[in-house]
Amino acid sequence: MNTAAYLGYWFTIFLMVGGLYILIARGNLLKKLIGLAVFQTSVYLLYVAPGKLIGGTAPIVAEGFTRYSNPLPHVLILTAIVVGVATLALGLAITVRIREAYGTVEEDEILERDRADGE
Amino acid sequence: MRNDIILRLVAKLLVPFMLLFALYVQFHGDFGPGGGFQAGVIAAAGIVFYALVFGLAAGQRLVPDRLVEVMLAAGVLLYAGVGMAGFALGGNYLDYFVLHADPVHGQHRGIFWVEAGVALTVAGVMLKLFYLFAGRGRHREDE
Amino acid sequence: MHVLLALMAATVVAMALQRNLFSVVVLFGIYSFLMATVLVALDAVDVAMTEAAVGAGVSTVLLLGALQLTGSREAKPLHRPLLPLALAVAVGGVLAYGSLGLPAFSDPQAPIHTHVAPRYLAEAVRETGVPNVVTAVLASYRGYDTLGETIVVFTAGAGVIALLRRRRKGRDR
Repeated sequence: MNTAAYLGYWFTIFLMVGGLYILIARGNLLKKLIGLAVFQTSVYLLYVAPGKLIGGTAPIVAEGFTRYSNPLPHVLILTAIVVGVATLALGLAITVRIREAYGTVEEDEILERDRADGE
Repeated sequence: MRNDIILRLVAKLLVPFMLLFALYVQFHGDFGPGGGFQAGVIAAAGIVFYALVFGLAAGQRLVPDRLVEVMLAAGVLLYAGVGMAGFALGGNYLDYFVLHADPVHGQHRGIFWVEAGVALTVAGVMLKLFYLFAGRGRHREDE
Repeated sequence: MHVLLALMAATVVAMALQRNLFSVVVLFGIYSFLMATVLVALDAVDVAMTEAAVGAGVSTVLLLGALQLTGSREAKPLHRPLLPLALAVAVGGVLAYGSLGLPAFSDPQAPIHTHVAPRYLAEAVRETGVPNVVTAVLASYRGYDTLGETIVVFTAGAGVIALLRRRRKGRDR
């Protein structure tokens, strides 16, 4: 019974670790950005899950409901989602410029070109 | 995609409903899920859908570039302006209860204008991002 | 709900292993939709609507736009990424150990439910006249944070404009 309570958290941590792995283990810049987006999305889950009350309802005050889920994490995560897409857009813009400057978006090839240019 | 009659017809039918739904989500955000961000994104998605089916040039004729740039700046200024109005009428920055004789009504007004500012900026930014990404690097423009 | 979470985990694993970037972007759209469904199951309706619109809508469109401008296959990695895998698993282990200290799921006595939230839930309708407590908190009680976030969105737009704007007459920059 105790493990069932923490299973939700462990799933979220698995998603986070998956996103982190994509971010650090793959060389393609676009895929790294997608890994970052996956990581951010799993953090939203981590914040919203503790706010839920079993038997509660959405935090919109209405007749006949007395138990509401916690509205504070929702507010924080709304902001976080929009900031996440802003970060993604900036990252994608930089990737497009890198592609136009180096001709590739693979990290190894970009470092190669920099090393070769530096000599 | 412009030559496909099914897509054209469906786009023409759906885009007004999408924009209407965006307005509904914006104004009904006080009583149900919704609010500024969702409304801005849905409105931008409607225009993006139109531009995807009819071509980027047609989309930019409908909502010109300059209008989008003005929108995204105007939203932030509107939000900050509501704050300054609270300042000017006697309270602290972003106090809503001074905006009207009845404090609850003042809150209503403040929340309304603030959400409108947020929706303007978000819609402007999402649409501008789409225009920039879709318009870059394609020297052969499809008219 | 655990079924949804398992599906999301499978999607992430597939994303890590796939090398065709178009499939990865589609999988990301699927992941966002599943996340929105999980959020509805957690009673976070505002957040679910935003995540569905932003994650599966705008993010996917931007990724497709950038994909068209860069390239759609990922190169084969030169060496097996064992060190990053070990690092990721170690981070996961530490996080899982830390999560044992968190309160159990849906405990009404957890600090998150006893500090400020009851005051907002009780007073929001009386003080602001808005039944949607999330909107009331976002626009009124924590309005300053929302101002900062709107400025962040504006700055991102301005940054992308500065990076990707074409000069006049279509001269390539």
